[in-house]
Amino acid sequence: MTRHIQLTEQGKLKHFLTIEGLDKELLTEILDTAESFAGMSEHQVKKVPLLRGKTIVNLFFENSTRTRTTFELAATRLSADVLSMNIATSATSKGESLLDTIHNLEAMHVDMFVVRHALSGAAHFIAQHTAPHISVINAGDGQHAHPTQAMLDMFTIRQHKKQFEGLKVAIVGDILHSRVARSQILALNTLGVAEVRVIAPKTLLPAQVKTMGVIPMHDMDEGLNDVDVVIMLRLQKERMNSAFLPSESEFFRCFGLTEAKLKRAKADAIVMHPGPINRGVEIASSVADGPQSVILQQVSNGVAVRMAIMSMAMHSQGGAA
Amino acid sequence: MTKILIKNGHIIDPANNIDANGIVCIADGNIVSVLEQAADFTAEQIIDASGQIVCPGFVDLSVRLREPGQTQKGNILSETRAALSAGVTSLCLPPDTKPCIDSPAVVEFIKDKAEKADYPQIHSIGALTQRLAGSELSAMFALKQAGCIAVSNASEPLGNLLILRRAMEYSSSHDLLLMFRANEAALSGKGCAHEGAVASRYGLPGIPEAAESIALAQCLELAELTGCRVHISQISCKQSVIKLQQAKKYGLNVTADVAIHQLHLTEDNITPFDSNYHVLPPLRSAIDRQYLREALVNGTIDAICSDHQPHDLDAKLGAFPETEAGVAALETLLPLTLALTQQHRIGLSQAIASLTCKPAQILGLATGALTPGYAADVCIFDPQASWQVNRDNWHSAGCNTPYWQQTLTGRVTHTLLAGKTVYRLAELS
Repeated sequence: MTRHIQLTEQGKLKHFLTIEGLDKELLTEILDTAESFAGMSEHQVKKVPLLRGKTIVNLFFENSTRTRTTFELAATRLSADVLSMNIATSATSKGESLLDTIHNLEAMHVDMFVVRHALSGAAHFIAQHTAPHISVINAGDGQHAHPTQAMLDMFTIRQHKKQFEGLKVAIVGDILHSRVARSQILALNTLGVAEVRVIAPKTLLPAQVKTMGVIPMHDMDEGLNDVDVVIMLRLQKERMNSAFLPSESEFFRCFGLTEAKLKRAKADAIVMHPGPINRGVEIASSVADGPQSVILQQVSNGVAVRMAIMSMAMHSQGGAA
Repeated sequence: MTKILIKNGHIIDPANNIDANGIVCIADGNIVSVLEQAADFTAEQIIDASGQIVCPGFVDLSVRLREPGQTQKGNILSETRAALSAGVTSLCLPPDTKPCIDSPAVVEFIKDKAEKADYPQIHSIGALTQRLAGSELSAMFALKQAGCIAVSNASEPLGNLLILRRAMEYSSSHDLLLMFRANEAALSGKGCAHEGAVASRYGLPGIPEAAESIALAQCLELAELTGCRVHISQISCKQSVIKLQQAKKYGLNVTADVAIHQLHLTEDNITPFDSNYHVLPPLRSAIDRQYLREALVNGTIDAICSDHQPHDLDAKLGAFPETEAGVAALETLLPLTLALTQQHRIGLSQAIASLTCKPAQILGLATGALTPGYAADVCIFDPQASWQVNRDNWHSAGCNTPYWQQTLTGRVTHTLLAGKTVYRLAELS
C-alpha cells in the first residue's frame, strides 16, 4: 500500500514519504544520483537547470532550521523556485485546516510540497489529497518517518564504508520518539547491513521493537562492541518530565557517547548524529568534534541527497528538464 | 389491529430454544405464537420468508445517534433509519451527547425525537457523573425516573477510584445497571493505536492492553465490594477476557460486550494511516482477537454490539492521530456477525442470541425474543444475499467504515417494530 502511493506504475519515485516499501535498487539509485550531485558544491557555479520553472513549497508545520535550509539549498541548486512557509505560526493557527492550506497552495500551481509536520501520517495524508501532478516529500512526520535524513545518513555511511554488506550499526538513544531511527532502521535493513542494534533503556524503545528488525540492548559497552557505525540520537529535554528518564546526567552516564565507550567499537568506526547535538547529554564534545565524527559531513551530504530525491520525484512526474 | 403471518421462514429464537422452519403469528402488535398457528388465527397480511431467517429484532448496546449536539455527523432520524435497515429494533444511546445525558431534560428531548422518528426504543444511558466530568455524581434517580436504562461515564475518565466506588454504591441503591468502559487514562495517554508492532512501525502513540485490563480489574474489585451490577462495554484484549472469566467463575454479577469490528479486524489490517481504522479501544493483535472470539463462544462475553459512531467527513480527514475515533457500524453488524458463523467460529443460534436475548437480558428488557405476548420486534434477513457497502445501500449519515466498497453477505429484508413493517428492502418491491 505504501509502495503503491509512493511509486508510479513504472516503479519510479513519485512521492517520498517513507523508506518502507522501497527496494534496494531504488535506494541505491538515490545514492548514486546524489553522488553525481555531491561534487557540484565545489564548483564555481553550483547550479543545474533540472527543475527550472518548477515551484517547490516547503511546508513546515513544525520548526526546523537545518532541514528547511538544506531543502531550500537543494531546490535552489536545481534551479527551482522555492517558497518556504512556516505554518506553525501561520494559517493553521488561524483555524485553517491542513487540507485547506494544501488546496490553497495547489491553486497557485506549485509542483512539489516538502512537508514537515508534528503528527505521524501527515505526509501520507497530504500525498493522498493533493492533485496528481504534485510530488510530496516527507521532511519528517511525527514519530513516523524522516526518510531524506535516513538517506543522507546512508550516503555518509557508504562514503566511508563503501558497502553495506557485513556492517554492524548501533543506534543509541531515544528510539521510541525518533522518526529518524525508524527510517534509518528500514534503510539499513533494505540495503543489507549485517546487524542493527538499538541501545536505550526500555522506556525509550518502542513496543515489540524486535519486529522492526533490530537487536535491542540496554548496555553501551556490550552494544558498541565491534560496531562499524555509531548513530547517536538527540534527546529531547521534555523526556525528563514524563518519567522516561531520571536526569540528563544519568542518561549521559549510561548512554552518552564518550571516548572511552567508543573504544569498544571498531577502530575505524564512524560516529553520526542527525543534529542538533546536545553536548554532554548524548555525546561528549571530544567525540562530536573528534576524528571519528562525520556529523558535519552528514549536513553537507544533506543537500546532494535532497537534490537527488527531488529531481527523481519530479522526473517521474514528467517534469524534470 | 392487523393479524400478520410470517411463513416459510427459518425461525431462530434462541431465548425459546427455537431453531426450525415454520411460522410466526402476530396480532395487535404482539407475538401470538411461533411454529404453530392458533385455530382462530386468520392472517390479514402474509409475509413470505422463503429462504430467509426470522429472528427477534436486534438489541444494540451502544449506538451513537449524534443528537443532540453533533448533528453534522448524524441525527436521531438518520441513525434510527440506519438501525431499522440493519434489523436493530432497540438500542442504547451512550450519554456523551452534547449536552450530555445528565439531566431529565435531555432524556425528554431524546424521547420526543425518538417518537417523532417512529423509533420509540432508544434507551438513553444516563451520565454517571455530572457533565461526565468524573467528579460529582449525577442525579441518577431523576435520570432513572425520566427513563434512563443504565448509567455510564461513556469514554470519559473518572477522577479516582473512590468516585467509582460511590457511583457503584449509589447506582445499585436505585437498581441501575452501571456500564463501564475500562480505560486507565494515565496509561492510554494520547494513544491512538494498539501498542504493538504496527504502532511501533508507524510511530503512532500506543495504548497498552494493560490500560484496559487494569481498569477492568479495579472495576471488578469494586463491584465485588459494593455488590453493584456492572456491565463492561467493548472489551478488546486477552487480559480483559481472562479477568472477566475469573470473575464470572467466582460468581460475580458481571456481563460484557464486544464491538463487532474487534472480532474481525486486527492491528495488521490497518492500511497505513487510514483513519477508518482509528477506533477506541484500538484494533489489537491476532491473539487478542482469538481470545475475544473464544470468549464469545464460551459465554465470557455476553453480547455483540455495533459501537456505531457515525462521523462527518472532516472528522476523518487529517493525520491519523488527529482524526476522531469510531466506525459507522450499524449496517455491517449483521453481515459481520454472519461471517463469524460462516467461518465456523460460532453457531448461528448463539450468534443471534448475542445480538438479541443476551443484550435484552443485560438491560432487563422484555424484548430480544419471539415470546408470545412480547411486542413483535422482528428481523427477517436473507443469509445468502450479497450487497456492496456503498452510498446507494447505506442509510447512516456517516460513511466511516473500513468496509466501504466491499461486498458483504447477509442482508435484512424486513424489520418489524411492534408488528408494524417499518423497513422493507427496496429491491424486493
